[in-house]
Amino acid sequence: MWRDAALVAGKDLRIEGRSRVALSQVAPFGVVALALFAFALGPDRDVMAKGAPGLFWVAVLFCTVLAVQRSVSVESADGARDGLRLSGIDPSGLFLGKLAGVAAQLVVLEALLAAGVVLLYGARIEVPWLIVVSCLLGTIGLAATGTLYGALSAGLRVRETLLPFLLLPIVAPVLLAGTRIWQAAMAGGTPATGTQWLRLLVVFDVVYVAVGILLFGPIQETA
Amino acid sequence: MTTDSSTGAPPTTEVTAFPPTGAHPIVEAPPNSTVTSPPAAAALRPTGVTPPPAQSARSRTTERVIGALALVGTVATVWLGLWVTPPDAVQGDLVRLVYIHPGVAWVALYLAFGLAAVSSVLYLWPRTRALFWDRLAAAAVEVGVVFNVCTLVSGSIWGKPTWGVWWAWDARLTSTAVLLVLFLGYLALRRVPAEPEVRARRSAFVALFAAIDIPIVHFSVDWWNTLHQGATVLNPGLTLKIHGSMAWTLLLGFVALTLVFVWMLLVRYRVGVLEDWLASNELDLALAERQSEGTDPDGASPSSRVGVA
Repeated sequence: MWRDAALVAGKDLRIEGRSRVALSQVAPFGVVALALFAFALGPDRDVMAKGAPGLFWVAVLFCTVLAVQRSVSVESADGARDGLRLSGIDPSGLFLGKLAGVAAQLVVLEALLAAGVVLLYGARIEVPWLIVVSCLLGTIGLAATGTLYGALSAGLRVRETLLPFLLLPIVAPVLLAGTRIWQAAMAGGTPATGTQWLRLLVVFDVVYVAVGILLFGPIQETA
Repeated sequence: MTTDSSTGAPPTTEVTAFPPTGAHPIVEAPPNSTVTSPPAAAALRPTGVTPPPAQSARSRTTERVIGALALVGTVATVWLGLWVTPPDAVQGDLVRLVYIHPGVAWVALYLAFGLAAVSSVLYLWPRTRALFWDRLAAAAVEVGVVFNVCTLVSGSIWGKPTWGVWWAWDARLTSTAVLLVLFLGYLALRRVPAEPEVRARRSAFVALFAAIDIPIVHFSVDWWNTLHQGATVLNPGLTLKIHGSMAWTLLLGFVALTLVFVWMLLVRYRVGVLEDWLASNELDLALAERQSEGTDPDGASPSSRVGVA
Protein backbone atom coordinates (compact mmCIF):
# COMPACT_ATOMS: atom_id res chain seq x y z
CA MET A 1 0.00 0.00 0.00
CA TRP A 2 2.69 2.49 1.00
CA ARG A 3 4.89 1.62 -1.98
CA ASP A 4 1.92 2.08 -4.33
CA ALA A 5 1.12 5.39 -2.64
CA ALA A 6 4.69 6.59 -3.17
CA LEU A 7 4.54 5.53 -6.82
CA VAL A 8 1.29 7.40 -7.49
CA ALA A 9 2.37 10.50 -5.58
CA GLY A 10 5.70 10.48 -7.40
CA LYS A 11 3.89 10.21 -10.74
CA ASP A 12 1.57 13.13 -9.93
CA LEU A 13 4.42 15.31 -8.70
CA ARG A 14 6.49 14.45 -11.75
CA ILE A 15 3.59 15.54 -13.98
CA GLU A 16 3.38 18.75 -11.96
CA GLY A 17 7.14 19.22 -12.24
CA ARG A 18 6.90 19.07 -16.02
CA SER A 19 3.64 20.90 -16.59
CA ARG A 20 3.95 23.44 -13.72
CA VAL A 21 0.19 23.97 -13.66
CA ALA A 22 -0.02 24.47 -9.90
CA LEU A 23 3.02 26.72 -9.85
CA SER A 24 2.15 28.85 -12.84
CA GLN A 25 -1.65 28.98 -12.50
CA VAL A 26 -2.91 27.99 -9.05
CA ALA A 27 -0.27 29.85 -7.01
CA PRO A 28 -0.74 33.14 -8.90
CA PHE A 29 -4.49 32.69 -8.49
CA GLY A 30 -3.98 32.48 -4.72
CA VAL A 31 -1.99 35.71 -4.73
CA VAL A 32 -4.70 37.37 -6.84
CA ALA A 33 -7.28 36.20 -4.29
CA LEU A 34 -5.25 37.79 -1.48
CA ALA A 35 -5.10 41.07 -3.42
CA LEU A 36 -8.85 40.96 -4.09
CA PHE A 37 -9.60 40.39 -0.40
CA ALA A 38 -7.47 43.46 0.36
CA PHE A 39 -9.41 45.52 -2.20
CA ALA A 40 -12.69 44.31 -0.68
CA LEU A 41 -11.65 45.28 2.85
CA GLY A 42 -10.09 48.63 2.02
CA PRO A 43 -6.57 49.82 2.69
CA ASP A 44 -6.83 49.72 6.50
CA ARG A 45 -4.06 47.36 7.63
CA ASP A 46 -5.64 46.75 11.05
CA VAL A 47 -8.78 45.35 9.44
CA MET A 48 -6.66 43.25 7.09
CA ALA A 49 -4.51 41.87 9.89
CA LYS A 50 -7.68 41.00 11.81
CA GLY A 51 -9.16 39.20 8.85
CA ALA A 52 -5.88 37.61 7.78
CA PRO A 53 -6.48 34.13 9.34
CA GLY A 54 -9.84 33.64 7.66
CA LEU A 55 -8.74 35.12 4.34
CA PHE A 56 -5.69 32.86 4.32
CA TRP A 57 -7.86 29.77 4.75
CA VAL A 58 -10.48 30.87 2.24
CA ALA A 59 -7.70 31.34 -0.31
CA VAL A 60 -6.36 27.89 0.60
CA LEU A 61 -9.82 26.36 0.09
CA PHE A 62 -10.13 27.92 -3.37
CA CYS A 63 -6.69 26.65 -4.28
CA THR A 64 -7.66 23.21 -2.97
CA VAL A 65 -10.57 23.05 -5.38
CA LEU A 66 -8.22 23.90 -8.26
CA ALA A 67 -5.55 21.44 -7.14
CA VAL A 68 -8.13 18.66 -6.84
CA GLN A 69 -9.57 19.47 -10.27
CA ARG A 70 -6.07 19.23 -11.67
CA SER A 71 -5.38 15.97 -9.82
CA VAL A 72 -8.54 14.47 -11.35
CA SER A 73 -7.99 15.83 -14.82
CA VAL A 74 -4.50 14.29 -15.18
CA GLU A 75 -6.25 10.91 -14.94
CA SER A 76 -9.11 11.76 -17.27
CA ALA A 77 -7.22 11.73 -20.59
CA ASP A 78 -6.18 8.63 -22.53
CA GLY A 79 -8.06 6.27 -20.23
CA ALA A 80 -5.48 6.86 -17.51
CA ARG A 81 -7.99 6.08 -14.78
CA ASP A 82 -8.74 2.66 -16.23
CA GLY A 83 -5.01 2.12 -16.69
CA LEU A 84 -4.41 2.84 -13.01
CA ARG A 85 -7.13 0.39 -12.00
CA LEU A 86 -5.72 -2.25 -14.34
CA SER A 87 -2.17 -1.80 -13.10
CA GLY A 88 -2.94 -3.73 -9.94
CA ILE A 89 -2.21 -0.80 -7.67
CA ASP A 90 -3.94 -1.18 -4.32
CA PRO A 91 -6.93 1.25 -4.19
CA SER A 92 -5.92 2.39 -0.69
CA GLY A 93 -2.42 3.07 -1.99
CA LEU A 94 -3.87 4.97 -4.92
CA PHE A 95 -5.94 7.07 -2.54
CA LEU A 96 -2.97 7.84 -0.30
CA GLY A 97 -0.83 8.62 -3.34
CA LYS A 98 -3.31 11.05 -4.85
CA LEU A 99 -3.76 12.55 -1.37
CA ALA A 100 -0.03 13.00 -0.96
CA GLY A 101 0.31 14.58 -4.38
CA VAL A 102 -2.39 17.15 -3.68
CA ALA A 103 -1.11 17.73 -0.14
CA ALA A 104 2.46 18.37 -1.30
CA GLN A 105 1.28 21.02 -3.75
CA LEU A 106 -1.00 22.56 -1.15
CA VAL A 107 1.81 22.85 1.41
CA VAL A 108 3.90 24.84 -1.06
CA LEU A 109 0.90 27.03 -1.86
CA GLU A 110 0.20 27.57 1.83
CA ALA A 111 3.77 28.65 2.48
CA LEU A 112 3.41 31.17 -0.31
CA LEU A 113 0.02 32.40 0.90
CA ALA A 114 1.22 32.64 4.50
CA ALA A 115 4.13 34.77 3.38
CA GLY A 116 1.66 36.87 1.39
CA VAL A 117 -0.61 37.33 4.39
CA VAL A 118 2.30 38.39 6.59
CA LEU A 119 3.74 40.77 4.00
CA LEU A 120 0.57 42.21 2.45
CA TYR A 121 -1.79 42.26 5.44
CA GLY A 122 0.79 42.88 8.15
CA ALA A 123 -0.33 39.83 10.16
CA ARG A 124 2.04 39.25 13.10
CA ILE A 125 2.56 35.64 14.09
CA GLU A 126 3.54 35.12 17.73
CA VAL A 127 3.49 31.30 17.88
CA PRO A 128 4.84 30.02 14.53
CA TRP A 129 4.75 26.29 15.37
CA LEU A 130 0.97 26.47 15.82
CA ILE A 131 0.60 27.79 12.28
CA VAL A 132 2.88 25.11 10.86
CA VAL A 133 1.09 22.27 12.65
CA SER A 134 -2.36 23.58 11.77
CA CYS A 135 -1.42 23.99 8.13
CA LEU A 136 -0.07 20.44 7.94
CA LEU A 137 -3.13 18.95 9.65
CA GLY A 138 -5.53 21.08 7.65
CA THR A 139 -3.79 20.14 4.42
CA ILE A 140 -4.18 16.43 5.09
CA GLY A 141 -7.91 16.90 5.72
CA LEU A 142 -8.39 19.04 2.63
CA ALA A 143 -6.42 16.68 0.43
CA ALA A 144 -8.26 13.61 1.78
CA THR A 145 -11.77 15.03 1.26
CA GLY A 146 -10.68 16.56 -2.04
CA THR A 147 -9.35 13.23 -3.32
CA LEU A 148 -12.54 11.44 -2.26
CA TYR A 149 -14.86 13.93 -3.97
CA GLY A 150 -12.53 14.20 -6.93
CA ALA A 151 -12.80 10.44 -7.49
CA LEU A 152 -16.58 10.56 -7.04
CA SER A 153 -16.98 13.32 -9.61
CA ALA A 154 -14.28 12.02 -11.96
CA GLY A 155 -16.62 10.74 -14.65
CA LEU A 156 -19.05 13.65 -14.54
CA ARG A 157 -19.25 16.18 -17.33
CA VAL A 158 -20.41 18.78 -14.79
CA ARG A 159 -17.41 18.12 -12.52
CA GLU A 160 -16.02 21.66 -12.62
CA THR A 161 -19.23 23.19 -11.31
CA LEU A 162 -20.34 20.40 -8.98
CA LEU A 163 -17.07 19.71 -7.15
CA PRO A 164 -16.80 23.06 -5.31
CA PHE A 165 -20.44 22.84 -4.26
CA LEU A 166 -19.94 19.37 -2.81
CA LEU A 167 -16.48 19.88 -1.34
CA LEU A 168 -16.51 23.33 0.24
CA PRO A 169 -19.34 22.76 2.78
CA ILE A 170 -17.71 19.49 3.84
CA VAL A 171 -14.43 21.23 4.68
CA ALA A 172 -16.13 24.02 6.64
CA PRO A 173 -14.76 22.59 9.94
CA VAL A 174 -11.21 22.88 8.56
CA LEU A 175 -11.82 26.54 7.80
CA LEU A 176 -13.24 27.17 11.27
CA ALA A 177 -10.45 25.31 13.04
CA GLY A 178 -7.67 26.72 10.88
CA THR A 179 -8.90 30.26 11.36
CA ARG A 180 -9.22 29.92 15.12
CA ILE A 181 -5.73 28.42 15.39
CA TRP A 182 -4.27 31.29 13.36
CA GLN A 183 -6.05 33.75 15.62
CA ALA A 184 -4.60 31.99 18.66
CA ALA A 185 -1.15 32.01 17.06
CA MET A 186 -1.43 35.72 16.29
CA ALA A 187 -2.68 36.57 19.78
CA GLY A 188 0.27 34.81 21.42
CA GLY A 189 0.26 33.74 25.05
CA THR A 190 -0.85 30.22 25.97
CA PRO A 191 -2.39 28.58 22.90
CA ALA A 192 -4.98 26.62 24.92
CA THR A 193 -7.84 27.30 22.50
CA GLY A 194 -5.51 26.43 19.67
CA THR A 195 -4.86 22.91 20.90
CA GLN A 196 -8.60 22.23 21.20
CA TRP A 197 -8.99 23.09 17.53
CA LEU A 198 -5.91 21.04 16.66
CA ARG A 199 -7.68 18.02 18.12
CA LEU A 200 -10.67 18.73 15.89
CA LEU A 201 -8.38 18.82 12.86
CA VAL A 202 -6.82 15.53 13.90
CA VAL A 203 -10.28 13.93 14.18
CA PHE A 204 -11.26 15.29 10.77
CA ASP A 205 -8.07 13.94 9.21
CA VAL A 206 -8.31 10.51 10.81
CA VAL A 207 -11.97 10.11 9.85
CA TYR A 208 -11.62 11.04 6.19
CA VAL A 209 -8.27 9.30 5.63
CA ALA A 210 -9.75 6.13 7.15
CA VAL A 211 -12.88 6.44 5.00
CA GLY A 212 -10.72 6.90 1.92
CA ILE A 213 -8.50 3.91 2.67
CA LEU A 214 -11.54 1.72 3.25
CA LEU A 215 -13.82 2.92 0.46
CA PHE A 216 -11.63 4.19 -2.35
CA GLY A 217 -11.91 0.93 -4.29
CA PRO A 218 -15.74 0.93 -4.40
CA ILE A 219 -15.75 4.70 -5.04
CA GLN A 220 -13.65 4.27 -8.17
CA GLU A 221 -16.24 1.89 -9.55
CA THR A 222 -18.81 4.68 -9.59
CA ALA A 223 -16.89 6.76 -12.10
CA MET B 1 -30.93 -0.42 -18.15
CA THR B 2 -34.40 -0.92 -19.48
CA THR B 3 -36.01 -1.99 -16.25
CA ASP B 4 -35.01 -2.36 -12.65
CA SER B 5 -38.09 -4.06 -11.33
CA SER B 6 -36.18 -6.84 -9.60
CA THR B 7 -33.95 -4.55 -7.60
CA GLY B 8 -36.62 -1.98 -6.88
CA ALA B 9 -38.95 -4.14 -4.84
CA PRO B 10 -37.53 -5.26 -1.51
CA PRO B 11 -39.76 -6.92 1.07
CA THR B 12 -40.76 -3.81 3.00
CA THR B 13 -41.64 -1.51 0.14
CA GLU B 14 -45.05 0.05 -0.03
CA VAL B 15 -45.00 0.17 -3.79
CA THR B 16 -45.31 -3.20 -5.41
CA ALA B 17 -43.39 -4.41 -8.41
CA PHE B 18 -44.62 -4.25 -11.95
CA PRO B 19 -47.81 -6.26 -12.36
CA PRO B 20 -49.09 -5.73 -15.87
CA THR B 21 -52.34 -4.25 -14.68
CA GLY B 22 -54.82 -2.36 -16.77
CA ALA B 23 -54.79 1.11 -18.17
CA HIS B 24 -52.60 3.72 -16.56
CA PRO B 25 -52.85 7.46 -17.11
CA ILE B 26 -49.29 7.82 -18.33
CA VAL B 27 -49.73 5.40 -21.19
CA GLU B 28 -53.39 6.00 -21.74
CA ALA B 29 -53.09 9.66 -22.60
CA PRO B 30 -49.82 10.75 -24.17
CA PRO B 31 -49.88 14.53 -23.77
CA ASN B 32 -49.42 15.51 -27.40
CA SER B 33 -51.09 12.53 -28.99
CA THR B 34 -53.40 13.17 -31.86
CA VAL B 35 -55.23 9.96 -31.03
CA THR B 36 -57.87 10.85 -28.50
CA SER B 37 -60.42 8.07 -28.40
CA PRO B 38 -59.72 5.50 -25.60
CA PRO B 39 -59.80 2.35 -27.78
CA ALA B 40 -57.22 3.79 -30.14
CA ALA B 41 -55.03 4.94 -27.24
CA ALA B 42 -55.16 1.51 -25.64
CA ALA B 43 -53.80 0.11 -28.87
CA LEU B 44 -50.57 2.01 -28.18
CA ARG B 45 -49.49 -0.08 -25.25
CA PRO B 46 -48.69 -3.52 -26.58
CA THR B 47 -45.91 -2.26 -28.88
CA GLY B 48 -42.97 -3.09 -26.63
CA VAL B 49 -43.63 -0.68 -23.76
CA THR B 50 -43.46 -2.03 -20.21
CA PRO B 51 -46.49 -0.80 -18.29
CA PRO B 52 -45.63 1.57 -15.44
CA PRO B 53 -45.46 0.12 -11.92
CA ALA B 54 -48.93 0.17 -10.44
CA GLN B 55 -49.63 1.00 -6.84
CA SER B 56 -51.12 -1.82 -4.83
CA ALA B 57 -54.43 -1.29 -3.09
CA ARG B 58 -52.84 -1.73 0.32
CA SER B 59 -50.15 0.86 -0.24
CA ARG B 60 -52.71 3.27 -1.65
CA THR B 61 -54.82 2.82 1.48
CA THR B 62 -51.78 3.29 3.74
CA GLU B 63 -50.83 6.44 1.91
CA ARG B 64 -54.34 7.86 2.16
CA VAL B 65 -54.79 6.97 5.83
CA ILE B 66 -51.46 8.56 6.76
CA GLY B 67 -52.28 11.59 4.63
CA ALA B 68 -55.64 12.00 6.35
CA LEU B 69 -54.10 11.59 9.80
CA ALA B 70 -51.41 14.12 8.93
CA LEU B 71 -54.04 16.60 7.78
CA VAL B 72 -56.15 16.11 10.91
CA GLY B 73 -53.06 16.40 13.12
CA THR B 74 -51.89 19.57 11.40
CA VAL B 75 -55.33 21.20 11.60
CA ALA B 76 -55.60 20.25 15.28
CA THR B 77 -52.12 21.66 15.97
CA VAL B 78 -52.98 24.92 14.22
CA TRP B 79 -56.28 25.18 16.10
CA LEU B 80 -54.72 24.41 19.49
CA GLY B 81 -51.69 26.55 18.77
CA LEU B 82 -53.52 29.63 17.55
CA TRP B 83 -56.76 29.64 19.57
CA VAL B 84 -56.71 27.30 22.57
CA THR B 85 -53.29 27.81 24.14
CA PRO B 86 -52.57 31.03 26.04
CA PRO B 87 -49.95 33.56 24.94
CA ASP B 88 -46.64 33.36 26.77
CA ALA B 89 -45.95 35.67 29.72
CA VAL B 90 -42.71 36.93 28.22
CA GLN B 91 -42.88 36.25 24.48
CA GLY B 92 -46.61 36.85 23.92
CA ASP B 93 -48.07 35.42 20.75
CA LEU B 94 -44.61 34.77 19.40
CA VAL B 95 -44.42 31.67 21.55
CA ARG B 96 -46.93 29.99 19.22
CA LEU B 97 -44.09 29.32 16.79
CA VAL B 98 -42.84 26.79 19.31
CA TYR B 99 -45.61 24.42 18.25
CA ILE B 100 -44.20 24.29 14.73
CA HIS B 101 -40.50 25.13 14.77
CA PRO B 102 -39.09 22.31 16.96
CA GLY B 103 -41.27 19.75 15.20
CA VAL B 104 -40.13 20.86 11.77
CA ALA B 105 -36.53 20.86 12.95
CA TRP B 106 -36.92 17.38 14.44
CA VAL B 107 -38.18 16.06 11.12
CA ALA B 108 -35.54 17.86 9.08
CA LEU B 109 -32.45 17.34 11.19
CA TYR B 110 -33.02 13.94 12.76
CA LEU B 111 -35.73 11.98 10.98
CA ALA B 112 -35.15 12.87 7.34
CA PHE B 113 -31.39 13.09 7.28
CA GLY B 114 -30.99 10.20 9.70
CA LEU B 115 -33.16 8.05 7.44
CA ALA B 116 -31.19 9.20 4.40
CA ALA B 117 -27.89 8.30 6.06
CA VAL B 118 -29.11 4.87 7.19
CA SER B 119 -30.63 4.04 3.78
CA SER B 120 -27.45 5.14 2.02
CA VAL B 121 -25.34 2.87 4.21
CA LEU B 122 -27.78 0.01 3.61
CA TYR B 123 -27.48 0.63 -0.11
CA LEU B 124 -23.69 0.57 0.03
CA TRP B 125 -23.66 -2.59 2.14
CA PRO B 126 -23.50 -5.34 -0.50
CA ARG B 127 -25.89 -7.70 1.28
CA THR B 128 -28.68 -5.17 1.53
CA ARG B 129 -28.08 -3.42 -1.79
CA ALA B 130 -31.37 -2.61 -3.49
CA LEU B 131 -32.59 0.41 -5.41
CA PHE B 132 -35.30 0.64 -2.77
CA TRP B 133 -32.78 2.11 -0.31
CA ASP B 134 -31.50 4.55 -2.89
CA ARG B 135 -34.98 5.82 -3.69
CA LEU B 136 -35.84 5.99 0.00
CA ALA B 137 -32.69 8.05 0.69
CA ALA B 138 -33.46 10.36 -2.22
CA ALA B 139 -37.04 10.86 -1.08
CA ALA B 140 -35.94 11.46 2.51
CA VAL B 141 -33.35 14.05 1.49
CA GLU B 142 -35.75 15.88 -0.78
CA VAL B 143 -38.47 16.09 1.86
CA GLY B 144 -35.82 16.82 4.48
CA VAL B 145 -34.53 19.79 2.51
CA VAL B 146 -38.05 21.23 2.42
CA PHE B 147 -38.36 20.80 6.18
CA ASN B 148 -34.87 22.21 6.67
CA VAL B 149 -35.82 25.38 4.79
CA CYS B 150 -39.01 25.59 6.88
CA THR B 151 -36.86 25.26 10.02
CA LEU B 152 -34.64 28.14 8.96
CA VAL B 153 -37.59 30.31 7.88
CA SER B 154 -39.64 29.71 11.05
CA GLY B 155 -36.50 30.24 13.12
CA SER B 156 -35.82 33.53 11.36
CA ILE B 157 -39.37 34.72 11.94
CA TRP B 158 -38.91 33.97 15.63
CA GLY B 159 -35.39 35.39 15.73
CA LYS B 160 -36.19 38.82 14.31
CA PRO B 161 -38.37 40.04 17.22
CA THR B 162 -36.51 38.01 19.87
CA TRP B 163 -32.86 38.47 18.98
CA GLY B 164 -33.42 41.54 16.79
CA VAL B 165 -31.90 39.96 13.69
CA TRP B 166 -33.21 37.66 10.95
CA TRP B 167 -30.07 35.62 11.01
CA ALA B 168 -27.59 35.11 13.81
CA TRP B 169 -24.36 33.16 13.37
CA ASP B 170 -25.35 30.94 16.22
CA ALA B 171 -24.04 27.39 16.36
CA ARG B 172 -27.30 25.59 15.70
CA LEU B 173 -28.39 27.93 12.93
CA THR B 174 -25.02 27.59 11.28
CA SER B 175 -24.90 23.82 11.44
CA THR B 176 -28.49 23.62 10.16
CA ALA B 177 -27.51 25.82 7.23
CA VAL B 178 -24.39 23.73 6.52
CA LEU B 179 -26.56 20.62 6.60
CA LEU B 180 -28.92 22.21 4.10
CA VAL B 181 -26.06 23.03 1.74
CA LEU B 182 -24.61 19.52 2.07
CA PHE B 183 -27.88 17.91 1.09
CA LEU B 184 -28.57 20.41 -1.67
CA GLY B 185 -25.27 19.15 -3.06
CA TYR B 186 -26.64 15.61 -2.80
CA LEU B 187 -29.74 16.61 -4.76
CA ALA B 188 -27.61 18.43 -7.35
CA LEU B 189 -25.55 15.28 -7.82
CA ARG B 190 -28.71 13.21 -8.26
CA ARG B 191 -29.82 15.45 -11.08
CA VAL B 192 -26.76 14.51 -13.12
CA PRO B 193 -27.96 11.97 -15.67
CA ALA B 194 -26.52 8.50 -15.08
CA GLU B 195 -27.42 4.84 -14.98
CA PRO B 196 -29.64 4.18 -11.93
CA GLU B 197 -27.01 1.96 -10.25
CA VAL B 198 -24.16 4.41 -10.83
CA ARG B 199 -26.23 7.31 -9.61
CA ALA B 200 -27.32 5.32 -6.57
CA ARG B 201 -23.75 4.45 -5.57
CA ARG B 202 -22.45 7.95 -6.14
CA SER B 203 -25.30 9.52 -4.18
CA ALA B 204 -24.96 7.02 -1.36
CA PHE B 205 -21.26 7.88 -0.97
CA VAL B 206 -21.99 11.60 -0.92
CA ALA B 207 -24.73 11.10 1.67
CA LEU B 208 -22.35 9.00 3.76
CA PHE B 209 -19.56 11.59 3.63
CA ALA B 210 -22.02 14.32 4.54
CA ALA B 211 -23.39 12.27 7.42
CA ILE B 212 -19.87 11.71 8.75
CA ASP B 213 -19.22 15.44 8.52
CA ILE B 214 -22.30 16.45 10.50
CA PRO B 215 -20.96 15.68 14.00
CA ILE B 216 -17.67 17.41 13.17
CA VAL B 217 -19.51 20.46 11.84
CA HIS B 218 -21.72 20.37 14.91
CA PHE B 219 -18.81 20.44 17.35
CA SER B 220 -16.84 22.99 15.39
CA VAL B 221 -19.63 25.54 15.12
CA ASP B 222 -20.58 24.81 18.71
CA TRP B 223 -17.13 25.92 19.84
CA TRP B 224 -17.27 28.70 17.33
CA ASN B 225 -20.39 30.39 18.65
CA THR B 226 -23.47 29.65 20.73
CA LEU B 227 -26.58 31.74 21.29
CA HIS B 228 -29.55 29.39 20.75
CA GLN B 229 -31.60 28.30 23.74
CA GLY B 230 -31.19 24.74 24.96
CA ALA B 231 -33.45 22.02 23.61
CA THR B 232 -36.92 22.12 25.07
CA VAL B 233 -38.05 18.57 24.42
CA LEU B 234 -34.93 16.70 23.40
CA ASN B 235 -32.84 17.76 26.38
CA PRO B 236 -30.94 14.97 28.13
CA GLY B 237 -33.56 14.11 30.76
CA LEU B 238 -36.39 14.24 28.19
CA THR B 239 -38.35 16.25 30.76
CA LEU B 240 -40.66 18.87 29.38
CA LYS B 241 -39.84 22.40 30.42
CA ILE B 242 -43.26 23.78 29.51
CA HIS B 243 -46.63 22.89 30.92
CA GLY B 244 -50.27 22.03 30.36
CA SER B 245 -52.01 22.67 27.06
CA MET B 246 -48.83 24.15 25.63
CA ALA B 247 -46.93 20.93 26.19
CA TRP B 248 -49.70 18.84 24.63
CA THR B 249 -49.91 21.11 21.61
CA LEU B 250 -46.16 20.93 21.20
CA LEU B 251 -46.22 17.13 21.31
CA LEU B 252 -49.16 16.99 18.92
CA GLY B 253 -47.16 19.23 16.56
CA PHE B 254 -44.32 16.73 16.64
CA VAL B 255 -46.65 13.86 15.83
CA ALA B 256 -48.50 15.76 13.10
CA LEU B 257 -45.31 16.92 11.39
CA THR B 258 -43.86 13.43 11.58
CA LEU B 259 -46.99 12.13 9.86
CA VAL B 260 -46.71 14.85 7.22
CA PHE B 261 -43.13 13.74 6.65
CA VAL B 262 -44.08 10.08 6.32
CA TRP B 263 -46.87 10.93 3.90
CA MET B 264 -44.62 13.12 1.75
CA LEU B 265 -41.96 10.40 1.85
CA LEU B 266 -44.42 7.75 0.59
CA VAL B 267 -45.65 9.98 -2.22
CA ARG B 268 -42.14 11.00 -3.20
CA TYR B 269 -40.99 7.40 -3.22
CA ARG B 270 -43.86 6.44 -5.51
CA VAL B 271 -43.04 9.35 -7.81
CA GLY B 272 -39.40 8.22 -7.78
CA VAL B 273 -40.42 4.76 -8.98
CA LEU B 274 -42.50 6.31 -11.77
CA GLU B 275 -39.62 8.65 -12.71
CA ASP B 276 -37.26 5.71 -13.07
CA TRP B 277 -39.86 3.87 -15.12
CA LEU B 278 -40.28 6.89 -17.37
CA ALA B 279 -36.53 7.35 -17.73
CA SER B 280 -36.08 3.78 -18.94
CA ASN B 281 -39.18 3.74 -21.18
CA GLU B 282 -39.16 7.26 -22.56
CA LEU B 283 -37.79 6.21 -25.93
CA ASP B 284 -40.10 3.22 -26.29
CA LEU B 285 -43.09 5.41 -25.43
CA ALA B 286 -42.09 8.04 -27.95
CA LEU B 287 -41.55 5.37 -30.60
CA ALA B 288 -44.93 3.78 -29.89
CA GLU B 289 -46.55 7.17 -30.14
CA ARG B 290 -44.77 7.92 -33.39
CA GLN B 291 -45.73 4.60 -34.93
CA SER B 292 -49.34 5.03 -33.91
CA GLU B 293 -49.52 8.06 -36.15
CA GLY B 294 -49.73 5.61 -39.04
CA THR B 295 -53.08 4.39 -37.76
CA ASP B 296 -54.59 7.86 -37.79
CA PRO B 297 -58.09 8.07 -39.29
CA ASP B 298 -56.86 10.40 -42.06
CA GLY B 299 -54.90 7.47 -43.44
CA ALA B 300 -51.45 9.04 -43.81
CA SER B 301 -48.72 6.41 -43.92
CA PRO B 302 -46.02 6.41 -41.18
CA SER B 303 -43.21 6.96 -43.63
CA SER B 304 -44.78 10.04 -45.16
CA ARG B 305 -45.41 11.45 -41.63
CA VAL B 306 -41.81 10.97 -40.62
CA GLY B 307 -40.66 12.51 -43.87
CA VAL B 308 -42.70 15.62 -43.22
CA ALA B 309 -41.53 15.91 -39.64
